[in-house]
Amino acid sequence: MKILVCISNVPDTTTKVKFVDDLRKLDVNGIQWVINPWDELALTRALELKEDASNAVQMVTVAHVGPASAEPTIRKALAIGADDAIRVNTDPEDAFVVAAQLAEVLKADPYDIVLCGIESSDHNGSTVGGMLAEMLEYPSVSCVSSLRIENGQPVVSREIDGGKETVSVPAPFVAVVQKGIAKEPRIAAMRGIMSARTKPIRVFEPKAIDGLTGVTGYEMPKPRAACKYVDADNAGQLIELLQNEARVF
Amino acid sequence: MSVLVFLENWDGKFKKLSFELVSYASKLAGMLGEEVVALSIGQVDTAELEKPALYGASKIISIEDGNLKSVDEQAYTALIAGTATQLGAGVVILSNNNNGKSLAPRLSVRLKAGIASGVSRLPVSVSPFVVYKKVYSGKAFSNVEIKTPVKILTLAQNSFELIENPKPAVIEKSTAQADAQLMKTRVTEVEKQTGKILLTDADIVVSGGRGMRSADNWGPLLEMAELLGAATACSRPVSDEGWRPHGEHTGQTGKIIAPNLYFAIGISGAIQHLAGISSSKYIVAINTDKDAPIFEAAQYGIVGDALKVLPKLVEKLREVKSK
Ligand SMILES: Cc1cc2nc3c(=O)[nH]c(=O)nc-3n(C[C@H](O)[C@H](O)[C@H](O)COP(=O)(O)OP(=O)(O)OC[C@H]3O[C@@H](n4cnc5c(N)ncnc54)[C@H](O)[C@@H]3O)c2cc1C
Repeated sequence: MKILVCISNVPDTTTKVKFVDDLRKLDVNGIQWVINPWDELALTRALELKEDASNAVQMVTVAHVGPASAEPTIRKALAIGADDAIRVNTDPEDAFVVAAQLAEVLKADPYDIVLCGIESSDHNGSTVGGMLAEMLEYPSVSCVSSLRIENGQPVVSREIDGGKETVSVPAPFVAVVQKGIAKEPRIAAMRGIMSARTKPIRVFEPKAIDGLTGVTGYEMPKPRAACKYVDADNAGQLIELLQNEARVF
Repeated sequence: MSVLVFLENWDGKFKKLSFELVSYASKLAGMLGEEVVALSIGQVDTAELEKPALYGASKIISIEDGNLKSVDEQAYTALIAGTATQLGAGVVILSNNNNGKSLAPRLSVRLKAGIASGVSRLPVSVSPFVVYKKVYSGKAFSNVEIKTPVKILTLAQNSFELIENPKPAVIEKSTAQADAQLMKTRVTEVEKQTGKILLTDADIVVSGGRGMRSADNWGPLLEMAELLGAATACSRPVSDEGWRPHGEHTGQTGKIIAPNLYFAIGISGAIQHLAGISSSKYIVAINTDKDAPIFEAAQYGIVGDALKVLPKLVEKLREVKSK
């Protein structure tokens, strides 16, 4: 079995985002780029599955659609333990382009389990995984919080509103994963960092694919009204304010 | 042309988010000069199927195929896409909840339709079709232009108010069936949370952080939630420690919610926590540290020890509620 983990290269979650060019482009100055948090968990789970020989996972590959400047993030994934990497060399216009470029690669080189994170922390789209599945005509399960392999068959738990379902699904398939899929993201050890240097990154040139959407501009949130303080000794007053001023109950 | 809304049901019932979707669709249809058609998949009785008309749906199509008890993403996509194509729908709207997130991207490919997910407002303009959405986990917003003839939107839960707009509606029972060839997933077990208010549905959420100090201190917080009819939540370290169940963790990597009122009790307000709650209409912070970042996001605050403040709030609430 072969597992592919699709990774997005995103600003560290503590980044204070700013925009330039008349609020049309992200100001990348000083940004530290990281593996999207859910993708990092997906990679961790893929590696755990591979380490248990009974799962017969031979290979864990990471794939990224993006320019060469994303290679440090790909190397991080290799250092954490991925065997090799795929990069499609283009700066994608939207999530559809990301999915379509990945689909092109996967049609020629199929994987049994494709993992995507539930969203990328930049555009918060929740779209690449499902799109990719539809393009490949694979079954998909989204909102997945656990993944195991039972007698060669993938079994996942999926979050539904107000509960959880256990779903068995034949490979090849796409799992769109979220919290729970692994406990903690794995951190690269020194040996991993050394060996990552020589692991292969296969670079593919992009197919001509147009996006379906575009960002016309960004806006910053409006500052919130200043906080109104209630004295701790007189805490009950808070309830009065919520009831009579904010009218929330 | 029409605006198509996909309506999920929960044990045969719609819920508030379903009517938020219809309300949104109805306003959007007004901008486009079109009609709203709602599509329900699964077993829903006629009285329930009449409800979307109260919020402006002109037609409700119900596909009741008994094989569709749980969502198979491929089979559902084919049914929704089939309906959209048949109607010539220009916009398809789903919730941004679990199932909406599962289906919208597949539909996007099926219908060659660009998608804007997690929207909370009507489009800025319909030609070009530009819609405002949250990006960078709430740290900014973007205006997304959807360039394709068919558009897909997913609506953030609790972000659009219900607007009554009764219409005489036609209910059409469709005999469409799921394509058995596509149904490759098999649900072997279902676990349902019963009796509790769902965190994602709740109007009021009472949430505790590491400042609650230990799992044993949750009593007054739970009592306050009970009195308010609120759901309970927590910060990530709290669920990591096992003080509270994982399903309660809110934030960037947990649940993203938008209640009317969010109590952040002993929560510092880390940027990853705010990512999950910043769309709340009112945030109340209770924290010993007057410089905690949560106060910058809050409209009401108490600087003080949660373990001393909470009993006072409970006492006052009891008094108010008994009136
Ligand atoms: C990639 C990534 C993703 C993350 N995702 C999330 C996420 O989804 N959700 C999330 O919550 N966190 C997330 N985090 C963690 C986040 O950075 C913070 O560490 C976390 O939110 C802090 O939780 P806390 O506020 O409960 O604890 P702390 O930061 O320890 O804050 C405790 C607060 O309680 C106050 N306090 C102490 N005692 C009392 C008392 N007696 N009464 C009142 N107040 C008191 C303190 O002043 C302090 O402000 C993420 C981190 C990373 C790196």
